[in-house]
Amino acid sequence: MRLTTDVAVVGGGPSGLTAAAGLAAAGLRVLVLDREREAGGIPRHSDHTGYGLRDLRTLMTGPAYARLLANRALEAGALVRTSAMVTGWAGQRVLDVTTPEGRLRVDARAVVLATGARERPRTARMVPGDRPPGVLTTGQLQNVVHLHRGRVGTRAVVVGAEPVSWSAVLTLREAGCRTVLMTSEHARAESYAAFSVPGRAGLRVPVATATRVVRINGRDAVESVEVEDLRTGERRTVPCDTVVFTGGWVPDNELARAAGLAMDPGSRSPLVDNTLTTSRLGVFAVGNLVHPVDTADVAALDGRHVVRHVQTYLAAPSPAASRTVDQSAARDLPDAAPPSGSGTGPGTSTGGAHGDDEPGDAGGGETGGTFAGAIPLRAEAPFRWVFPGLIRPGAGAPPRRRILLWPAEHRPIARVVVTQDGREIARRTLPWPVSPGRVFRVPSSMLSGADPRGGAITISLA
Amino acid sequence: MSRGVSRSGPLPERTVDVAVVGGGVVGAAVARELAGRQVTGCERDGRSLTVALVEARSDVGDGTSKANTAILHTGFDATPGTLESRLVRRGHELLGGYAERAGIPVEPTGAVLVAWTAEELAVLAGLADKAVKNGYRECEVVGADEVYRLVPALGPGALGGLTVPGESIICPWTTTLAYATEALARGADVLLNTRVEGVEHDGGEETVLVTNRGPLRARWVVNAAGLGSGAVDRMFGHERFTVTPRRGELLVFDKMARPLANRIVLPVPGSRGKGVLISPTIYGNVMLGPTAEDLRDHADTSTSEEGFAFLVDKGLALMPALLKEEVTASYAGLRAATEHGDYQVHLDAAQRYLVLGGIRSTGLTSSMALAEHAAGLLAEAGLVTSVRDDLPDPPRMPNIGEAFPRPYMCDDLIRRDPAYGTVVCFCERVTAGEIRDALDSPLPPADLDGLRRRTRATMGRCQGFYCGAEISERLARVEGS
Repeated sequence: MRLTTDVAVVGGGPSGLTAAAGLAAAGLRVLVLDREREAGGIPRHSDHTGYGLRDLRTLMTGPAYARLLANRALEAGALVRTSAMVTGWAGQRVLDVTTPEGRLRVDARAVVLATGARERPRTARMVPGDRPPGVLTTGQLQNVVHLHRGRVGTRAVVVGAEPVSWSAVLTLREAGCRTVLMTSEHARAESYAAFSVPGRAGLRVPVATATRVVRINGRDAVESVEVEDLRTGERRTVPCDTVVFTGGWVPDNELARAAGLAMDPGSRSPLVDNTLTTSRLGVFAVGNLVHPVDTADVAALDGRHVVRHVQTYLAAPSPAASRTVDQSAARDLPDAAPPSGSGTGPGTSTGGAHGDDEPGDAGGGETGGTFAGAIPLRAEAPFRWVFPGLIRPGAGAPPRRRILLWPAEHRPIARVVVTQDGREIARRTLPWPVSPGRVFRVPSSMLSGADPRGGAITISLA
Repeated sequence: MSRGVSRSGPLPERTVDVAVVGGGVVGAAVARELAGRQVTGCERDGRSLTVALVEARSDVGDGTSKANTAILHTGFDATPGTLESRLVRRGHELLGGYAERAGIPVEPTGAVLVAWTAEELAVLAGLADKAVKNGYRECEVVGADEVYRLVPALGPGALGGLTVPGESIICPWTTTLAYATEALARGADVLLNTRVEGVEHDGGEETVLVTNRGPLRARWVVNAAGLGSGAVDRMFGHERFTVTPRRGELLVFDKMARPLANRIVLPVPGSRGKGVLISPTIYGNVMLGPTAEDLRDHADTSTSEEGFAFLVDKGLALMPALLKEEVTASYAGLRAATEHGDYQVHLDAAQRYLVLGGIRSTGLTSSMALAEHAAGLLAEAGLVTSVRDDLPDPPRMPNIGEAFPRPYMCDDLIRRDPAYGTVVCFCERVTAGEIRDALDSPLPPADLDGLRRRTRATMGRCQGFYCGAEISERLARVEGS
């Protein structure tokens, strides 16, 4: 069956639903495609409070938040199809979808990718040993406990000490499973800024820092893990019956890569600019797909941010028009520049592994096409990636006027330096620390001194 | 579960004509072959053979057969004149045809052996000659340019290669399941969770297999026990070979890597240092491995830090871009290596006993030829049989390969049955209909691993992040019923 719509939103989590609500409220025909049986995304199985702070100015549990966002999208007039899995592209903005009612071909004028992120499982982390059941990710654990009311073991080792790791500890406790050890490869626990969570819950869990899990033992069931102290190389065996791998977020980028979109090698996300457009005209990407991972409310606000840019694109769907200056929102960023003609792409594309079905699709190019005239944004160590990867002068601030970065190391004091073409354009000590396992946020106003005709902008720590 | 499958309780009391010990790919092939035959030339003329497939584990294909390199070999590199050479060549033909009839996924990818040193380059011509001696004439020595044209993602330093266009990839899981399913349809018993612990002779024509589930009486015994074949052979009083499990660790890369490896990249055999291969898999992934490490423990399929480090090191040299992709699975298989260079096939007419031992990884390809060979050997020893003329059609196995349409793609199928449009495992695009079919099949899975081998559910990149709970619940619902 063939359907047409103004906007197809792929993924009905916080960012996709918020985008859908905004776009539908603006009078557009919006179709949300979600592969789960219920829309709402990850918050559906995060059965604790802490949701809705930044986008709704309130606090609620994950499931309540998921329901509220789904209802808002529906009330605004969006169509939300669940059990609808997008399996590939049949054109620039044409999607193939499997549903229980049959295969759909959705022909959209614009596509918003909101496919989210997931945790890297044990296999991707290449932890050797036996391969018994009882080795999970937080996502699977919460699915088992909250959605399926299933059982886990009694003694767990949680790999990671990020905010999500503590969420796993809470879920384990609810399921009657004690966390006997948390491990962090970092010299100090990642989520010390989130200690309010374990503190509030009265969790007393030993955290082994500078420690990695090097082996899982037990053929039919987990019996123990072997952990190594990275400072001394000493190894010891920790008896347990459950292992939860937490954090280590990777975007669900299959559709983005299948389209041959330009990708950010650091985050493995589709490359976007401050308007959240990808390298393919009319295809946008939002939420934790493009910054794996920030909190649900921040993802949701991407959805709010993209509405205006999708509207602008639909009003005049050409590369030039999509660069239309929106002065009212542009004060953080340098003014629009005439195209400099010089290549400004980061030259780090990993896209293009799969061609699109349509011949002549130039979706993979990031130096021309939709990104012409945009300035690459780069981050130096200890940051692994920066969002957005490009700044389009004159196109307004990025979502929440924040540049997001992912740190690999802890730094107690954040002296942020912004340079362009060897010239320092801003330097500021930010009042929050650099902490691995959570996004580090830099105000986009720090880029306002950039030359719109200049080369790549680099963010680093002094 | 069909009537012939049993996982617990007492064993059938009747004496079977043939007990096949070992439900791997070889044992299942033998059971299928023999169950399709009738006795000729004696007082029981015209009667179908009764066959029991006896497997220690809870499922067929759960040992060596589940973790091999999944290649349908031409046999180009076998040692000419060996039984292995002959049976691989014959088996390639037989299984190629059977796969088409039974719907076993096969993809004719072709292979290229890549020489990285002058020494390796020098042996390529000899390998081409050897291929001819093995009856395979399509190999061609090619230069480095052609090697890079065939596999552009190879790392720098390839000096030349040998093409083997006839090598294919195949689904090893479906192959074993198809054999066992057809054996069942032909009337065989599949006795799972049944470990042979001893052998008794009552002085007459019958052998009593002593198992954890009680005695099983058989007129003839075929030993296809893989890693256990040496031990079972000793139960019959022989000291002919010792099986040393050789552990091979493999890394499976995300489907995004598949465009990097559209054909099998083989190492040049016999070179110094251990070579590993890179192969596309029938499920759309790319595999790197195996390592080779001799073990004493016949069940240690754990992976190791050293193995991973070795594979990463090899992979970085062979195909650097591959290592930028995520690993979605790592596993270890145990190969039944012996001290001999050829298959250990021995017939003892007096004992009414046949052993098919020391079948290394080529056994997947040669399985049907081994079965045919076994029927011939048993006839020599007095069990003269002919193929029945009332055989049911081969089963049509569910397609879990990427080369053919899968249910989630088929609009007409979904419209007839919405379960095929309900995707449960997103990464592998496995539908509720396929999971239901596997659970309802004549030979249903015993656990999640078994379900995975029948449907691919949870074997993708998320490893259950999204669907693990849902799939466990579907499995439990059936187990509980």
